[in-house]
Amino acid sequence: MYLVDILTTKIPLGNWIEAVVNFIIANFSGPLNTFSEIISSMISGFEFVLAYGHPLVLIGILTLIAWKLKGKNLAVFVALGLLLVLNLRMWEPLLTTMASIITSVLICLVIGIPIGVLKAHNRIVDLITRPMLDFMQTIPPFVYLIPALMFFGLGNVSGVIATVVFAIAPPIRLTYLGIKQVSDELKEAGRAYGCNFWQMLYKVELPLALPSIMLGINQCIMLSLSMVVIAAMIGAGGLGKPVLRSLSTVDVGLGFEAGLGVVILAMVLDRIFGRE
Amino acid sequence: MEKIVVNNLSKIFGDTPKKGIELLEEGYSKDEVLEEAELTVGVNNASFKVNSEEIFVIMGLSGSGKSTLLRCLNRLIEPTAGEIKIDGTDLMSLNKEELLEIRKEKFGMVFQNFGLFPHRTVLENAEFGLEVQGSPEEERREKAKEALELVGLAGWEDQKPAQLSGGMQQRVGLARALAVDPDILLMDEPFSALDPLIKKDMQDQLLDLYEDLNKTILFITHDLDEALKLGDRIAIMKDGEIVQLGTPEEILTDAENDYVREFVQDVNRSRILTAEDIMTKPLALQYEQDGPRTAMHKMKKNEISSIFVVGKGRKFKGIIEIEDVIEVINQDEKELSDVIQETPLADPNESLDELFADIADLNIPLPVVNDDGKLLGIIVKSTVLANLAKESI
Repeated sequence: MYLVDILTTKIPLGNWIEAVVNFIIANFSGPLNTFSEIISSMISGFEFVLAYGHPLVLIGILTLIAWKLKGKNLAVFVALGLLLVLNLRMWEPLLTTMASIITSVLICLVIGIPIGVLKAHNRIVDLITRPMLDFMQTIPPFVYLIPALMFFGLGNVSGVIATVVFAIAPPIRLTYLGIKQVSDELKEAGRAYGCNFWQMLYKVELPLALPSIMLGINQCIMLSLSMVVIAAMIGAGGLGKPVLRSLSTVDVGLGFEAGLGVVILAMVLDRIFGRE
Repeated sequence: MEKIVVNNLSKIFGDTPKKGIELLEEGYSKDEVLEEAELTVGVNNASFKVNSEEIFVIMGLSGSGKSTLLRCLNRLIEPTAGEIKIDGTDLMSLNKEELLEIRKEKFGMVFQNFGLFPHRTVLENAEFGLEVQGSPEEERREKAKEALELVGLAGWEDQKPAQLSGGMQQRVGLARALAVDPDILLMDEPFSALDPLIKKDMQDQLLDLYEDLNKTILFITHDLDEALKLGDRIAIMKDGEIVQLGTPEEILTDAENDYVREFVQDVNRSRILTAEDIMTKPLALQYEQDGPRTAMHKMKKNEISSIFVVGKGRKFKGIIEIEDVIEVINQDEKELSDVIQETPLADPNESLDELFADIADLNIPLPVVNDDGKLLGIIVKSTVLANLAKESI
């Protein structure tokens, strides 16, 4: 009889999660608010810097960076693409999106790369983070939009948090992979010449893992961009907003224009910061 | 002076290494320990001393534990049991920091696949050890350049390792080790990945450097030729144990067990030389139809006291002594056929040992004659002796 009870009674998993979330809100609202403030000021800081000069100045700077890093063709593409966005009157949302993405990616890297390093050196950290990463990469983003909303309220901060949860896995995984792939002989060479942990990390492991880490950064940027519209659902500004609006008003034209803005931003960032 | 002293060193890989040591002490073999406790014996009770400024070669086939043993000496691999002393310092009692210090101070290591950092230039690779030691940039640049010059790589400083050939890459590896001016060089099969000719060059260069630098070198190889060429002393390993330790001569002449004997035999068999390999061209030959004065002239001209006689198609006939030729001339005869003497012959396939027996009491060269009776060449006593000497080195 007892067995039947277990099988038929629903486990109140949802209630537990709710209890945990409520507990956090009730007891940690102080730290949560501080955290929210920090992220919020980061976003507005970046937004302020990006919007400081005339749009053409920023376009010029990005074009120059593209030219220096990848050559003339990309520079032409960057200039034309961004001018098109400007022309379509999508410049301001583009800046907001850019600021949110810079913030999200920075947070991802600042947290993700050290975790990746730790994961590569510590079996326990590896074992703990593995299911967490699987979870974060596969759970539908809508599911954690709700707690993000409850913790940080409607707005850009919740958007950034949701984006971080979605995009942090690649920098962790690829940093881990890059360090794991350093050949034993090279690590041995480092140890044989007396490297301590930090020398090993900075002189041997990180430089050799760099291509892999760069790929992780690139993936992180791309995933952040793919969250733009979803983040808009919890009040994040930027290019996601007009896309959402166009959805509710069935405005094909507006949707396409904003969508094109996301695509151009994605391609610009990918080509500039990606490896061919 | 003893540089390194190793006593009863053992390394067991697995979850319960102490149990492995107990089993070994009870007399279990490597295979039995694996079967009984699922433990892998890396090194089994190795004891030896390495003298200051000698080349100590550890030789064995793959899986014999030689690389593990080498890595125990600077504790890249942590020994399970035993004692290691470097210049009297007990290595096993050192804490982490002290161990790092001693690695920086005493050891330079060279790896089988070079172990160079692909993101660093040749110079930066050579600098690596000094950089880790924290020596000032100018100084380490200077020392690294000197080391690169020493191995013959001056001018390649700014290349990346990938742009260099294998031999040159290993020179960078060697320069990296020499740059820190260590007392002890640990060389883990450094030349195994190189082509035979380059390998030989590198061996010669290492010996040259060794003459000048006063280093203690521990050299690992699976190649007995290399061991014999480089080693002042050789330790032969099998299944984690040192099965014989001695000078190259002792290893070659006095194998202590079947394993070593087989090894040495393989070497000797592979380098067996035959008469054909070492024969030379005769200085002069007397043809059957030639007269005594021709013979006299040829012998005088070449300063020899006897000459081999051949017929048509270099068919071997025998030998003529100069005294007999003089006799014939004095008697004013033209015919030499009566004074042609028989002489010992060698078969082209005859081995060096057999040749030595044949030629030991002979004061004239030994003609090499094939089955058809044709003279192929001659063997001189000094050639045999020289080759025998070479074989035993």
